[in-house]
Amino acid sequence: MAAGVAAWLPFARAAAIGWMPVANCPMPLAPTEKNKRQDELIILNVSGRRFQTWRTTLERYPDTLLGSTEKEFFFNEDTKEYFFDRDPEVFRCILNFYRTGKLHYPRYECISAYDEELAFYGILPEIIGDCCYEEYKDRKRENAERLMDDNDSENNQEGSMPSLSFRQTMWRAFENPHTSTLALVFYYVTGFFIAVSVITNVVETVPCGTVPGNKELPCGERYAVAFFCLDTACVMIFTVEYLLRLFAAPSRYRFIRSVMSIIDVVAIMPYYIGLVMTNNEDVSGAFVTLRVFRVFRIFKFSRHSQGLRILGYTLKSCASELGFLLFSLTMAIIIFATVMFYAEKGSSASKFTSIPASFWYTIVTMTTLGYGDMVPKTIAGKIFGSICSLSGVLVIALPVPVIVSNFSRIYHQNQRADKRRAQKKARLARIRVAKTGSSNAYLHSKRNGLLNEALELTGSTEEEQHMTKGTSLIESQHHHLLHCLEKTTGLSYLVDDPLLSVRASTIKNHEFIDEQMFEQNCMESSMQNYPSSRSPSLSSHHGLTTSCCSRRNKKTTHLPNSSVPATRLRSMQELSTIHIQCSEQPSLTTSRSSLNMKSDDGLRPNCKAAQITTAIISIPTPPALTPEGESRPTPGSPGHSTNIPTTTTTTTANIVKVSAL
Amino acid sequence: SADTVEDEMEMATVRHRPEALELLEAQSKFTKKELQILYRGFKNECPSGVVNEETFKEIYSQFFPQGDSTTYAHFLFNAFDTDHNGSVSFEDFVMGLSILLRGTVQEKLNWAFNLYDINKDGYITKEEMLDIMKAIYDMMGKCTYPVLKEDAPRQHVETFFQKMDKNKDGVVTIDEFIESCQKDENIMRSMQLFENVI
Repeated sequence: MAAGVAAWLPFARAAAIGWMPVANCPMPLAPTEKNKRQDELIILNVSGRRFQTWRTTLERYPDTLLGSTEKEFFFNEDTKEYFFDRDPEVFRCILNFYRTGKLHYPRYECISAYDEELAFYGILPEIIGDCCYEEYKDRKRENAERLMDDNDSENNQEGSMPSLSFRQTMWRAFENPHTSTLALVFYYVTGFFIAVSVITNVVETVPCGTVPGNKELPCGERYAVAFFCLDTACVMIFTVEYLLRLFAAPSRYRFIRSVMSIIDVVAIMPYYIGLVMTNNEDVSGAFVTLRVFRVFRIFKFSRHSQGLRILGYTLKSCASELGFLLFSLTMAIIIFATVMFYAEKGSSASKFTSIPASFWYTIVTMTTLGYGDMVPKTIAGKIFGSICSLSGVLVIALPVPVIVSNFSRIYHQNQRADKRRAQKKARLARIRVAKTGSSNAYLHSKRNGLLNEALELTGSTEEEQHMTKGTSLIESQHHHLLHCLEKTTGLSYLVDDPLLSVRASTIKNHEFIDEQMFEQNCMESSMQNYPSSRSPSLSSHHGLTTSCCSRRNKKTTHLPNSSVPATRLRSMQELSTIHIQCSEQPSLTTSRSSLNMKSDDGLRPNCKAAQITTAIISIPTPPALTPEGESRPTPGSPGHSTNIPTTTTTTTANIVKVSAL
Repeated sequence: SADTVEDEMEMATVRHRPEALELLEAQSKFTKKELQILYRGFKNECPSGVVNEETFKEIYSQFFPQGDSTTYAHFLFNAFDTDHNGSVSFEDFVMGLSILLRGTVQEKLNWAFNLYDINKDGYITKEEMLDIMKAIYDMMGKCTYPVLKEDAPRQHVETFFQKMDKNKDGVVTIDEFIESCQKDENIMRSMQLFENVI
């Protein structure tokens, strides 16, 4: 609930009078304001700059430093003000959060300084308002990447990676040549051999010297053996490299499918195929073609050059733009080729023998190359030819800058769109969490309210204190309002959350139990026979209830700064799932462990205490309670494999699971 | 959206200033301090000084995250907007709250009757009550236990009329309403529930 809207809570509660004549049941009691203080101004002195605000403004968020009693540690008796030795600039944003309910992230602020301040004041960054959240996340990601780079380089320098296996070290060496000297050596050796291989391919075809017989031979045939040895050596190296990479790859399947490995394979295949096929003269033509593929070895350089990789990625991402350019060019070429063909058809000895033949002329003209091997001779041909060359300038020259700028824009836009999409999901999730958070908080406090009353019955005061300081006054008033609505309509809230729908049936059963008791106590009169009504409806729900509560716990501990403070909620949950040893020892331990999500050991003693001191069942008392018009269902006693005595503190082994009442 | 922009411009220029604090104190049953607290909250949410129906619905829906409270908020708005000019000023707000929180039981019941009587003709018909009831049930939302049945509002209306409509003429007048409410202990008790809200 936004802080500003909390000021309208009195209005919403007053308006609830409109439901009263309609309701069929008595309404729950309103929460009382214990020691209601007059609202006072408090002074916050942050490094000399004084801020003043109402006390109630700060108390809107009781799980932060300023909203809780933690600020008393900073109270200066002499000057009667709270002194914080922190940054006053950031404090401005934080105080505005209390005032308006929205936390903003100023752009000029350093991200790590801001994070530190938030951590100091106990505010979770997730509640930064939508207006500033993207900026915050971007800056945070940049910072994290920078830190990661720093860490990596640190690690590289230290060389302290003892935990990697041999295979992983090898893979790392392949991917980052700078990790060790061996990797660097390997990197340079392969680079050298790639260069040698490429140069060999090139030089092979150069005619070097004549052979007696007046025939110019290319070097490849003159020094065939030498070149063959060089080729073999290169292919050996490449094969070894490929096999090593294949061995070291974390996911071999993915490695085989990657572009670089395909290039590797294509680069070395011709040699092996050539080895296999040398004897067969018929396919020697095909074999020669295969040698063309050796030029692919030059692409192996892309492992060595970052720039090549970026270029490749650029082309890939710009593919649609290039495709469009190609398509429009093709259209223009076909049009002009057709026109030129029919224009030149009349003239004799024209080179424009067919439309495909005219393609060559059109392309050469449009790209303003103008080789001159094909020229139109007729007047019509010349006219159309000039139109063709003029339009060529336009068709070629115009799209290219457009494409370049388009590409640049689309590239950035894509990045921004992806970011926004990723953040949108996160944002929707946050909104949903906040929504369910408030209804979750209400359901929890409902249960805790019951526990409270039950504890009052048994008279144990320690847990009661635990309970009452849990929710703030505003929250309890809000919950009271929702409770009145439930009473008016005779329905009750369920939590709507897909996460919980996995075991929705169990939750529903759980709710059934809970609300059924509610309804019974509400709708029916004291004639209700409690034990009989309860036992059939509550078949043993040992496992279910614990799992429900543990999961609900899991949900609530993730909620940032929402209605109920996480720490206090945890303690409340501990108490509300008072497990008492039944025959189900294992489930106890598992559920306990799952309850202690961020386990403080400090909470465990509490649980133990609760476990021992309270068994909240009181069968004889209910008929006496109901006339008071307050729904006090004797909480719990689901699952009774055991006998339930009157409310006493019991340390016996006869204990019943009272989960979440 | 052009309309809303213009609307907002209008709202911005019509910066309503409430009457003097002393005057409001005399007219309502609140003390000066209470009025100050009320106004601070009011002004925070509506800097322009008046609430229009949209803002009203938004604010009210914050309290009921699970259901759809717009219909009920609409009726509530009409109940507060006593001069029916489409906006609730701080005076309207204070007068309404004064009745609800500090008024006599009679006044409160009167206010409730006014809320239910949608067309303000002095009679609550079954249709009006059904609208109100549906609006209340809508606020609960879809995920309830037990699952909301189709005719639950109607049945609720029937129960209501059985209790309130003494002469069984199908409408409830203000006198029947007040008389029946005064006989019902639960209702009387719940009227006192929100005494200490401010």
